Amino acid sequence: MPSRVQPVKLLEPAIVRRAVGDAFRKLDPRHQVRNPVMFVAEVCAAFSTGLFVQAVSGQGEAPAGFILAVSAWLWFTVLFANLAEAMAEGRGKAQADALRRSRQQLFAKYLFEPSRGSQGSLMPASSMHVGDAFLVEAGDVIPCDGEVVEGIASVDESVMTGESAPVIRESGGDRSAVTGGTRVLSDWLVVRVTAEPGQTFLDRMIAMVEGARRQRTPNEIALSILLAALTIAFLLGVATLLPFSHYSVHAAGTGSPVPVTVLVALLVCLIPTTIAGLLSAIGIAGMDRMIQANVIATSGRAVEAAGDVDVLLLDKTGTITLGNRQATAFHAGAGVREEDLAATAQLASLADETPEGRSIVVLAKERFGIRGRNMQALGATLVPFTAQSRMSGLDLDGRRIRKGAVDAVDRWVREQGGSFPEDVRSVADRVAREGATPLVVADGPRVLGVVRLKDVVKGGIRSRFAELRSMGITTVMVTGDNPLTAAAIAAEAGVDDFLAEATPETKLRLIRELQEGGRLVAMTGDGTNDAPALAQADVALAMNSGTQAAKEAGNMVDLDSNPTKLIEVVEIGKQVLMTRGSLTTFSIANDVAKYFAIIPAIFVATYPPLGALNVMDLATPASAVISAVIFNALIIVALIPLALRGVPYRPVGAAALLRRNLLVYGLGGLIAPFAGIKAIDLLLELLRLT
Amino acid sequence: MTAHGTAYLVVYTITLLALARPLGVYIARVYEGRPCGLARVFGPAERLLYRLAGVDPSAEMTWRRYAAVVLAFNFAGFVALYALQRLQCALPGNPSHLPAVGPALSFNTAISFVTNTNWQNYSGETAMSHLTQTLGLTVQNFLSAATGMAVLVALIRGFARRTAATIGNFWADTVRGTLYVLLPLSLLVALALVSQGVVQTYSAPKRITLVQPLEIEPPRTDASGGTIHDTRGNPVTARVTVTGQTLAVGPVASQVAIKQLGTNGGGFFSVNSAHPFENPTPLSGFLEMIAILLIPAALCLTFGEMVGDRRQGWPLLAAMVVIFIGFAVVALTCEQRGNPLLRQLAADPAATLDHAGGNMEGKEVRFGPVASALWATATTAASNGSVNAMHDSLTPLGGLVPMVLIQFGEVIFGGVGSGLYGMLSFVIVAVFIAGLMVGRTPEYLGKKIQSFEMKMASLVILAPPACVLLGTAVAVATTAGRSGVLNPGAHGFSEILYAFSSAANNNGSAFAGLSGNTPFYNLGLGIAMVVGRFWTMVPILAIAGSLVAKRQTPLSAGTLPTHTPLFVVLLIGTVLLVAALTFLPALALGPIAEQLQMLAAAH
Repeated sequence: MPSRVQPVKLLEPAIVRRAVGDAFRKLDPRHQVRNPVMFVAEVCAAFSTGLFVQAVSGQGEAPAGFILAVSAWLWFTVLFANLAEAMAEGRGKAQADALRRSRQQLFAKYLFEPSRGSQGSLMPASSMHVGDAFLVEAGDVIPCDGEVVEGIASVDESVMTGESAPVIRESGGDRSAVTGGTRVLSDWLVVRVTAEPGQTFLDRMIAMVEGARRQRTPNEIALSILLAALTIAFLLGVATLLPFSHYSVHAAGTGSPVPVTVLVALLVCLIPTTIAGLLSAIGIAGMDRMIQANVIATSGRAVEAAGDVDVLLLDKTGTITLGNRQATAFHAGAGVREEDLAATAQLASLADETPEGRSIVVLAKERFGIRGRNMQALGATLVPFTAQSRMSGLDLDGRRIRKGAVDAVDRWVREQGGSFPEDVRSVADRVAREGATPLVVADGPRVLGVVRLKDVVKGGIRSRFAELRSMGITTVMVTGDNPLTAAAIAAEAGVDDFLAEATPETKLRLIRELQEGGRLVAMTGDGTNDAPALAQADVALAMNSGTQAAKEAGNMVDLDSNPTKLIEVVEIGKQVLMTRGSLTTFSIANDVAKYFAIIPAIFVATYPPLGALNVMDLATPASAVISAVIFNALIIVALIPLALRGVPYRPVGAAALLRRNLLVYGLGGLIAPFAGIKAIDLLLELLRLT
Repeated sequence: MTAHGTAYLVVYTITLLALARPLGVYIARVYEGRPCGLARVFGPAERLLYRLAGVDPSAEMTWRRYAAVVLAFNFAGFVALYALQRLQCALPGNPSHLPAVGPALSFNTAISFVTNTNWQNYSGETAMSHLTQTLGLTVQNFLSAATGMAVLVALIRGFARRTAATIGNFWADTVRGTLYVLLPLSLLVALALVSQGVVQTYSAPKRITLVQPLEIEPPRTDASGGTIHDTRGNPVTARVTVTGQTLAVGPVASQVAIKQLGTNGGGFFSVNSAHPFENPTPLSGFLEMIAILLIPAALCLTFGEMVGDRRQGWPLLAAMVVIFIGFAVVALTCEQRGNPLLRQLAADPAATLDHAGGNMEGKEVRFGPVASALWATATTAASNGSVNAMHDSLTPLGGLVPMVLIQFGEVIFGGVGSGLYGMLSFVIVAVFIAGLMVGRTPEYLGKKIQSFEMKMASLVILAPPACVLLGTAVAVATTAGRSGVLNPGAHGFSEILYAFSSAANNNGSAFAGLSGNTPFYNLGLGIAMVVGRFWTMVPILAIAGSLVAKRQTPLSAGTLPTHTPLFVVLLIGTVLLVAALTFLPALALGPIAEQLQMLAAAH
């Protein structure tokens, strides 16, 4: 069983080698035509190659060596862009290969009836269909995706998650989904198939990782339109230069018309090849960063939407607070000693194996030195928690000790002929108001007091929410707690809003309301009852540990099942957009310097005073043109790492981000090529290539 | 730039901004149908017009319907104006007995006035009858301006309304714009101009006797109008004594008022506002110059008012004002500095107390280089195109200023309505790139900017430069185009480039020195005007239709703020960069080459 591939480094030699080969394969015009800007660049490269052939045969419009140099660098421009895309795909491909190796030909123990005792036969996994049932036992690899209908087992899902600790899968509840390709470690399961062959989670994951199913996202399409429009503008600008140049030569009576080779070079320099060449690499790298974060997105569209999210719905338990509440204080009622309350509460919790129960025992020992007692020796009868009574406790020597929520204990003492003391009720209210959960302890009809169970807010979550706020994202805590408790925890954790006493219906309604108001909503979920809300949310991160229904409804699956991951997902989404925007700005700003290199070079013979525009003091017109073309090609390579890693995101608010990125990529884009082109020109001069 | 130049520019800008604010608020009231104070005066006329036309002003239109009506209405205007010119000899209101205008020129002129360009390949006083001027040209001056404003208002509704399907009623928008905005303002301006001595009459040209007879030697012409040459090829001349002069007059003040206010620019006389009957005094000059930019400036604030956030109007106006002042400073400096080559002839162009100095070629003495250069800047920043000096005679860089302002796509103030909607397409592009840079799907005023808006905004921004470049290319590559050029070298190229820039961006001013009244230019420039006007208008309405259907995303800290100085800088950068990247090579072969040649020769 291969374990999940370790994260591959960006510039791994094996990936680079493979990418270089792919870069040449991608020269196929059928591939290039999908990217209009690079297609124009490729046509230009081919055209200038034709001009070179013409020059070699003796009728060249310019020296053959010059045309050769221009053609070669135009081809490099296209190749470098292909290389960027291939590099971005490379890491995904390496991972997909490893995943594919895990999908050997599997066999399923097909069952005629979905129960363990049923008759069955051995069938290849590829002929199992939705609704079929199969049996898996310890050591078996689960052949297809499915839902457990019978049994409980520990499963090794490391092939998916990279997490070596086994997980429990059982029928019913929120842990019933199993994934094809994972392995049963102990016990057995009867599973009903939920995905057709080729549609399984592993298949989808491989396709996603490979980028095979990558469709262009809405913003990417809009940007491509802008780039195409710019390309048309430059095409017109450059093409009309030919008649302009002829006319000017005629009018001035000196110089010679601009060679077509130079116009072709100028065109490729001006059209936004930098961003167009890196555009698909940026998108692929975004998906890849998701995968590195152990999140599988069903589409690039979902990744992009994550960047736009306005509201995050976060479950309280597990996301904002640690899963377990802890007892922090005993509040005895009137006439009851705190120690007695502690002792009774401890008795009521001895049988309670939940973390809350254990924390009561711990607190009683810490505060009053009350030691654990052996219940068998005491001869006590355990009363477990049920959905009906909503209390737990024990019967001992005729005493009937119970602990539970206020309303449950209230009902209990009244049934016993007692009454609920007002002072305890007000203490319980106060505890609830302070964000803790009051647990009332009763001994028969007598109410002894309240145990304060406190939610423990995760460390650092408050500053995380502050960051989100400065990004313009509102956080809403979703909890089943009453409004008082919810408000107190919301205040402590620093969320902007909360939804208390949440049910699947109220959750769905909240999402709809927010969306009506024009907001994009993200949420996490794992249970089947989360599925409607997940389906409604714009960005829905399902936990891998969750049910099949939740995973189907979401548009992302977190393999680590960590709800806090949503914040990371938003950042990755924003990064993809920022990288595109910044490189577009850079690419367009670059053109100014290229004009200053090429325009004086091509017109100085016609109008000698135009030499004054040669502010970079480039050696010769030919070296000016070549330097600009070389810079234009090399800048693509130089920016590949940035495109793959993404422009760093800082949670500082839109205005500050814009100022920073405009300065770095706008102003930087204006200045950098002046230095770069001059440097290349100097180098060419030094090597006597001019 | 002298202190006089600086003071003139400052006073002009402050006056403009002071008037723009109240007018902007007023215009918003007009288009929102709120009480604007003039309902008592024009209300009955408005209702009568709707009744006569059988129009329900409250019937809302989808963008497709709105666009169809705009096109049909403007086509009807074109046909009417064409017919009027062709038939003017048979119609009344023709005291000078002018013949019918030729078909090619009628075609060009009709398009020119319908598209708010007012490119004039004719001399008004010798080609157009009073009736044509009044019922044809002046009427189109109003309607083309009202159309521009209507389309802008439809676009504003696209931003302001949420999840709606319609963008207003074109008939109501046009009628209201004409009756409540253009008419009262024109009335005020016309009266003010008459007070300065601008003519307003329907009488025939006046024949006057010269105080001092004049002897001239014009070349003799044969029956067909061609010059007669002697055996050595020199023209045969004859001595003539001139004792009288014909002074053309007509309904001038009314047409000048709307030609300035409606960014039309088509003068009553051939020399436009350089003519003493159109623009007699420095004060009338200042007034007319204010009228050029008044409505386009006010509309920025109307925008803020109508989208419900006044802060959104100012940055657009600020971007325009900053670019305007920058270019005005260049023009004023160049024109005040004059031509350094003249210094070699011992002519000192420096300004002194008793003479304005600078480059006085092609300028009126009563305006001088300052008022002339500022007018040239204002008239090309707006798509007005009226002139008080000859742009052909500006210094090379001084001439580059109007040319580039036009090539920005007439968005620095621009035409009434059309300037702002052009600017808003630049806003869409700027917001798109900036929005990506802050990591969100770009949005403006809460409306998401997606591929459809991008496609349409690209069309709006691309169409005019495409016409300019292709038109100029065809002109310089064909004999028909080249034969119109009267000047050699880079300046001849500038003249062609300017002509197509002016037509495609619906400005209408000209670098003289190009014989425009030829079939080639009448047709070519006519096509450029149509494409430049309607190829932008229809996509703008499509954007309005797409935006109006969207819901509005609420503001948050993650939203790109569009009312900050940073946004103004971004917008200015976008406008400058797009124009520079498109036109820099062409400009290098025209005014830039000329300027550098002049400087090289001076050293």
